[in-house]
Amino acid sequence: MRAALTRLTLTDFRSYARGELALTGGAVFLFGPNGAGKTNLLEAVSFLAPGRGLRGAAATEVGRREPGEGEGEGRPWAVAAVLSDADGETRVGTGAEPDTARRRVRIEGEPVPPGRLSDLVRLVWLTPQQDRLFLEGGSERRRFLDRLVFADQPRHAAAVSAYEKAIRERTRLLTDGPNDPEWLNALEAQAAEAGAVLATARHKTLTALQAEIDARSERPFPQAGLSLSEDWHSEGSGERLREALARGRARDAAAGRALSGPHRTDLLVNLREKDRPAAEGSTGEQKALVLNLVLAQAARLARDPEAPAPILLLDEVAAHLDPARRAALFDEITALGLQTFLTGTDRSLFEGLFGRGQGVRVEGGALEPENG
Amino acid sequence: MAAASPEIERLISLLSKLPGLGPRSARRAALALLKRREQLLTPLALALADAAEKVRSCSVCGSPDTQDPCSVCSDRSRDATLVCVVEEAGGLWAMERGASYRGRYHVLGGLLSALDGVGPDSLRIGELVSRVGAGEVREVILALPATVDGQTTAHYLAERLAASGVSVTSLARGVPVGGELDWLDDGTIAQALRARRPA
Ligand SMILES: Nc1ncnc2c1ncn2[C@@H]1O[C@H](COP(=O)(O)OP(=O)(O)OP(=O)(O)O)[C@@H](O)[C@H]1O
Ligand SMILES: [Mg+2]
Ligand SMILES: [Zn+2]
Repeated sequence: MRAALTRLTLTDFRSYARGELALTGGAVFLFGPNGAGKTNLLEAVSFLAPGRGLRGAAATEVGRREPGEGEGEGRPWAVAAVLSDADGETRVGTGAEPDTARRRVRIEGEPVPPGRLSDLVRLVWLTPQQDRLFLEGGSERRRFLDRLVFADQPRHAAAVSAYEKAIRERTRLLTDGPNDPEWLNALEAQAAEAGAVLATARHKTLTALQAEIDARSERPFPQAGLSLSEDWHSEGSGERLREALARGRARDAAAGRALSGPHRTDLLVNLREKDRPAAEGSTGEQKALVLNLVLAQAARLARDPEAPAPILLLDEVAAHLDPARRAALFDEITALGLQTFLTGTDRSLFEGLFGRGQGVRVEGGALEPENG
Repeated sequence: MAAASPEIERLISLLSKLPGLGPRSARRAALALLKRREQLLTPLALALADAAEKVRSCSVCGSPDTQDPCSVCSDRSRDATLVCVVEEAGGLWAMERGASYRGRYHVLGGLLSALDGVGPDSLRIGELVSRVGAGEVREVILALPATVDGQTTAHYLAERLAASGVSVTSLARGVPVGGELDWLDDGTIAQALRARRPA
């Protein structure tokens, strides 16, 4: 069996006082009215990976609050799951107390650092916010890119945070002093080393992802042509970055931030067929483009025998797709055999999954699995 | 609920300043102390007073000890040509537990961090440079954490010491990234020490 959650228990998470779900693996479609808690359930699953989940929320935000209770008054919350794979079952749990920002994680009842979750669970998600991916500024796309890289190469997160920290330190030194060239040299050396590592990781994931997308040309989804706006990854880029930072001191001091480096790199995406920037595509085309990218990523990760099979979280993915693409999506997730959570307001959106997936009605704070 | 008396509040607020203790655990610690007056509270108070009175920073290496120079700096059997730079005394104690190092130490008292307002002048870096400048030291081993602050400080020290001509090495990584020295087991420390490399 591919890695899948077979039991999920939410305690005081968002709108759920308590929610329990037994799952079989494969496709799970959640349907119910607006505000019923479908996205909340996906978010709960997303906390089974390190980080801030699919809404980017802090651990202190997601505890359940009664109407009228303010921020910071949330209850202690927990998300527990049983993860089943070929090796058997593993109990995983996470949660937080309202007064500690740090999320706690337990594996088999033992407290572990959150980073350990990436040994067990890999997640790939798509949310309606990402429909605007190509219309927004570069930072959203960079986050999206880094998440793709992170799922592929978990160590990427450490390089990103080391790089960002070194750059923040350098900016503070440039703006507030002291003007200490040796200190700046030291910080720039750290930033350059981590920056080259992170840029190389991005390049590696993107190259592999492009190959995967190219191999999927027969599917009824638009194909993305992927590239990076800047090259901080090829031979000697660490040294180049170090020099660029050293040269840019006066300019960066005036700007109050670093104006060059991989934290400014944009992910460039083209609609292959039309050879146009993705931003020019229709709403549905853009959605299908990102979806195809995410599916390519999932398919690729699923082939890695060393790492756990990915779990897909596709929030409101069915709504914008035409029937042919919706059918193709359902066929594909069935073929991949990966556990995939989908949401939509209407049960009928998932007709193509009837008999092939598990339906769950979400309503009034409760989760009701359909029979059969 | 009646508020705790000012004496207890003060105890809690001081305890909560200790690393690893938040307000909640400080309250629990205070309660544990008050409940075990004879076994814990009084002996701890005496130990604190004793330490406050007798412990000083070694004027050579900066480590806390009751004698100055400290026991390591005044131990003539230890190799004075070798100086191991650690962030805090915790790193020194960890190295000593490993029992494979026979040189001396230098405690920086922190790491460079512009964001936290810690610059070279707030650390014992000037002392290190003049100690090395005095001539006896031949090798400086940087045993600093593999974090951004740790490695920035290591890089900075290597540059500051370059002119002196001593060899500057750092502990090999084998040490996990983000790893704090006090958390490593003795075997790892011994190995990292053997595999030290030019910084
Ligand atoms: N911390 C919290 N405590 C209690 N309720 C919360 C909390 N955070 C969010 N909610 C509630 O959860 C509900 C939103 O749930 P969710 O986003 O999962 O809905 P949905 O089923 O995905 O709806 P849609 O179809 O509109 O996307 C809102 O009504 C919101 O008030
Ligand atoms: Mg929703
Ligand atoms: Zn000493």
